[in-house]
Amino acid sequence: MTERELKKKVSQRDTKQAEVEEVKPSASEKGEKLKAELDELLEEIDEVLEDNAEEFVRNYVQKGGQ
Amino acid sequence: MALQKVCGIETEYGILVTSKDDASINASSMLINAYIEREKQALTSKWDFKDETPQKDARGFIGPHAPEVETHLVNCVLKNGARYYVDHAHPEYSTPECGNPLELVIWDKAGERILEYSVKALEQYAPDLKVKVFKNNSDGKGNSYGCHENYLTDRALPFNKIVEHLVTHLVSRQIYCGSGKVGYETPLITNQDVVFQISQRADFFEELVGLETTIKRPIVNTRDEPHANPELYRRLHVIVGDANISEISTFLKVGTTAVILAMIENNMEPSKNLQLANPVKAIKQISYDPTLQSSVELQDGKTVRAIDLQWELYQRAKAYLSDHGFEAIGDDSVGYKLLELWEDTLSKLENDLFQLDKSVDWIAKYSLILAYKEKYGLNFSDAKLKAIDLNYHDVTKERSLAVKLNLMKLVSEQEILKAISEPPESTRAYFRGKCLEKYNAEIVTANWDSIVFDIGHEPLRRVPMMDPLKGTRKHVETLISQCDNAEQLVAKLES
Repeated sequence: MTERELKKKVSQRDTKQAEVEEVKPSASEKGEKLKAELDELLEEIDEVLEDNAEEFVRNYVQKGGQ
Repeated sequence: MALQKVCGIETEYGILVTSKDDASINASSMLINAYIEREKQALTSKWDFKDETPQKDARGFIGPHAPEVETHLVNCVLKNGARYYVDHAHPEYSTPECGNPLELVIWDKAGERILEYSVKALEQYAPDLKVKVFKNNSDGKGNSYGCHENYLTDRALPFNKIVEHLVTHLVSRQIYCGSGKVGYETPLITNQDVVFQISQRADFFEELVGLETTIKRPIVNTRDEPHANPELYRRLHVIVGDANISEISTFLKVGTTAVILAMIENNMEPSKNLQLANPVKAIKQISYDPTLQSSVELQDGKTVRAIDLQWELYQRAKAYLSDHGFEAIGDDSVGYKLLELWEDTLSKLENDLFQLDKSVDWIAKYSLILAYKEKYGLNFSDAKLKAIDLNYHDVTKERSLAVKLNLMKLVSEQEILKAISEPPESTRAYFRGKCLEKYNAEIVTANWDSIVFDIGHEPLRRVPMMDPLKGTRKHVETLISQCDNAEQLVAKLES
């Protein structure tokens, strides 16, 4: 892509921005779509998840990293 | 001419002791010791570990000698050429030097298995100690730990050229190699709430360039420690990336970065007219928008999305590779695979990013979290969602949510299992690994660029390995097969 083409593309993006905001799919719609496929998996997750998720998350503290 | 991009990844793993409080340093040492102990037939530990660790009864870990073993910061070399050690409080695995990005995927995955086996070994030796290990970069409370990439680069290349032309890529590549995170850990730059973001690490980057790795982390790190001939080489230390579980994310992360670096070495200026106005701000802006629609500002005042930057870098890289060939990033098969995956991933990110829920870490995690949240009608602040975030990264097969998601693979299980104890054949890691296997008893120490042999009746002999591309299987397999002991090996090398 030449520099001019890029600039064009970039400026098209700018004008498209507003439309994109309008039509962007909501996270929950996407979640809905995946829900069916994931149902079995979600059951499995429940088996793996800690009984006390809050405590698990709270205790996970990692100091001294780079 | 660009150098072959010899590469490696160092990962600090998160570690949680669920059976007692705040014992992370001890637990990390015990974890590695347990692995070394159980696998001792297959491994050698030679950094500074062997002489200080009792040969023993496994119960030594929890018995009277326990304090000594526990507090010692373990530091060893594995037979696959990797380094496995405790860095501050974390168990850290540094892959051996790999000859191309696909090879690196194999040895990075082997590292995950080594950590998994370590957890199992520790369960065996110290059944009362409950430890979990995570391949991620954040505890969700403002503490981060790294996954650092290393790339062999030409010393002759001025460092400012790297800064000038790599930053745009390092900031925008997260759209396919971010690992995803519930919430945020830094004061927000916008008013919108960040309930889920693309990157684990973006929150922690405060500078453009610098030497630090634990505070004020820079997007481009200036550590100059080549572990090779310093007149010829630099080891570019990239600290800005996330630890990936997805093989595709790892391959793209390393492969694309290797190409961009090769382009810079060939004076191609890959980021010309794509320089960001404020990279530190941009890396967070991009991370905070999983819809991928928000724009960041360029130096010339234009605004552009991360995916536009990646499309342009992809086009330039493709043109470069078609002119210069794939030598710098491996061979044709690696090169074509990289271009194909890069393009395919960008297309899907553009059209329907949830098509990547089996191949890009942050999208796999995001999909899972959205579905779980929906099913139980939870808020994003629910601890269960944070627990899912953490469990995505658990190295233990039975607990890993990434494993349950059945992510797409690039390399075979057989290759990964072999890489646990075999070095790559394409770099000096081959010489290191094979020497550890064959001359174990005669090696005093080994590190990235040398091995010290004790040949008995004479002074110790240090064999330097200052060129990462020498000591490959092609170079030394015959030599090693001809030498029954280190004395013969050293004599041949010195002759």
